[in-house]
Amino acid sequence: MIREFTCIICPNGCDLVATIEDNKIISIEGTLCDKGNKYAEQEIIDPQRTISSLVVVNNGEIPLASVRLSKPISKDRIFDVMNEIKKIKLDAPVTIGTVVKENILGLDSDLIATKNVKERL
Amino acid sequence: MAVINKDVIIVGGGAGGLAAAVELRKQGIEDILIIEREKELGGILRQCIHDGFGLTRFKETLSGPEYAQRFIDEVDKLGIDYLTDTTVLEITSDKRITSVSKDGLNEYQAKAIVLTMGCRERTRGALSIPGSRPTGIYTAGVAQMYVNLKNTMVGRDVMILGSGDIGLIMARRLTLEGANVHAVFARGDTPRGLPRNVEQCLNDYNIPLYLSHNVTQIHGKNRLEGITISEVGKDNAPIPGTEKYYPCDTLILSVGLIPENELSLKAGVTLDNRTKGAYVDENYQTNVEGIFAAGNVLHVHDLVDFVSIEAEKLADAVVEYVKNNSLPECPIVVETDKMINYTIPQKISGNRDVSLSFRVKKNVKNVTLQVLQDGETIYKKKLKKAITSEMEQIRLKKDLFKSRSNIKVVITV
Repeated sequence: MIREFTCIICPNGCDLVATIEDNKIISIEGTLCDKGNKYAEQEIIDPQRTISSLVVVNNGEIPLASVRLSKPISKDRIFDVMNEIKKIKLDAPVTIGTVVKENILGLDSDLIATKNVKERL
Repeated sequence: MAVINKDVIIVGGGAGGLAAAVELRKQGIEDILIIEREKELGGILRQCIHDGFGLTRFKETLSGPEYAQRFIDEVDKLGIDYLTDTTVLEITSDKRITSVSKDGLNEYQAKAIVLTMGCRERTRGALSIPGSRPTGIYTAGVAQMYVNLKNTMVGRDVMILGSGDIGLIMARRLTLEGANVHAVFARGDTPRGLPRNVEQCLNDYNIPLYLSHNVTQIHGKNRLEGITISEVGKDNAPIPGTEKYYPCDTLILSVGLIPENELSLKAGVTLDNRTKGAYVDENYQTNVEGIFAAGNVLHVHDLVDFVSIEAEKLADAVVEYVKNNSLPECPIVVETDKMINYTIPQKISGNRDVSLSFRVKKNVKNVTLQVLQDGETIYKKKLKKAITSEMEQIRLKKDLFKSRSNIKVVITV
């Protein structure tokens, strides 16, 4: 079976053409680096994505802090994670890198803050 | 009003301005001022919460706010002066700047001015879409600002016109926030955004992309109720009989960015009609001596990493200018053939190594890029593919230039 992918790891966005047998890549063309091979392999077994979103911040200079996952998760759990993120409220101040939710939904990925939000004085 | 003297004034505290400021200070320029009209530094990065920034500059993937904070932290650490909530009203060709804030007017005299004002979005008005004028029509960046900074959802049933990166990113963002993003329509026959964004923002969420389509009618009285979509031909004109009505309450426009150069024009800076940014030489100096430009105000970049790197290169030249009060002449014009949209810089000295950024006019595969001077090929590179949505860069060593004749960048199949 031939499957085509657009690698999303970096802005190059390589067009990958993989020959697949029994869920294994026999050959792959179009990658500029090894990350493309790994990406295609992962896409076949279990496509993974990181997501970014926002959480509400109480008493902050701005109402929201942006957050992202520290590691990619299964694509089909994205909306479960979004629902979990929507439940979270933080108190200002918030600092970049703060773990907002450890091991979210047991998916081995932490939710971390990506914006500094100062306290409203 | 007392005039305040500064070595370098940077207009705009986004990705370009921050990188220029940090690099200038690191190279010994003490008297710097950044003027930013928003309440915080960071520019558009503040609302770009998705990741993928920094792969080139920092070798890791960061969100926009994290990327900006790296530079803001440096600005703080180095004690670089900046004003927020302050708008520049005028820049003159003799490098005077008038700004206004809650504290009133200020007037500055700078030795050098760095223009890093970024871009504005093209709006519905620029597209001349017929129909009523209801609420519910946003440019992608404005929708992004509402959702990501103001905690305000823009709508439920969303259509997107234009396949620029911000539109694609917003398709995903609004989907994650619970909106139904029904489709993306684009006038061109190829997506304008990066392929990875088509993949991870549309394909991942089964959002269809209809190329060669345009919105030809807006419906609704107070709130948007629907849009008519038509197929368009090669001349971009709608094809009669292909109209289809789609109900929706929100239309997001991601139809291009325009470098924000009103201040530059007033200062006498000449713009390149292809980039809508200034004509610059290899020092990023405009036609007005001592006024420099980099980042999205110079030409629209697809990656912020390249904005930072460009602004850092600009800083090298500004340092030299402030110290010597002049820069080497750049008599060599960079000409292009019909396959190349534009190059930055447009003029070079021929005495120094130079990085040439360019964009192709249409997507091509397996072509040869050549730089010609006096009828001879002085540089040659094979390109596996070059697409309109990706800026290309080549580095030309100074010993390649055999004379001071103009050079020409061409692409051959």
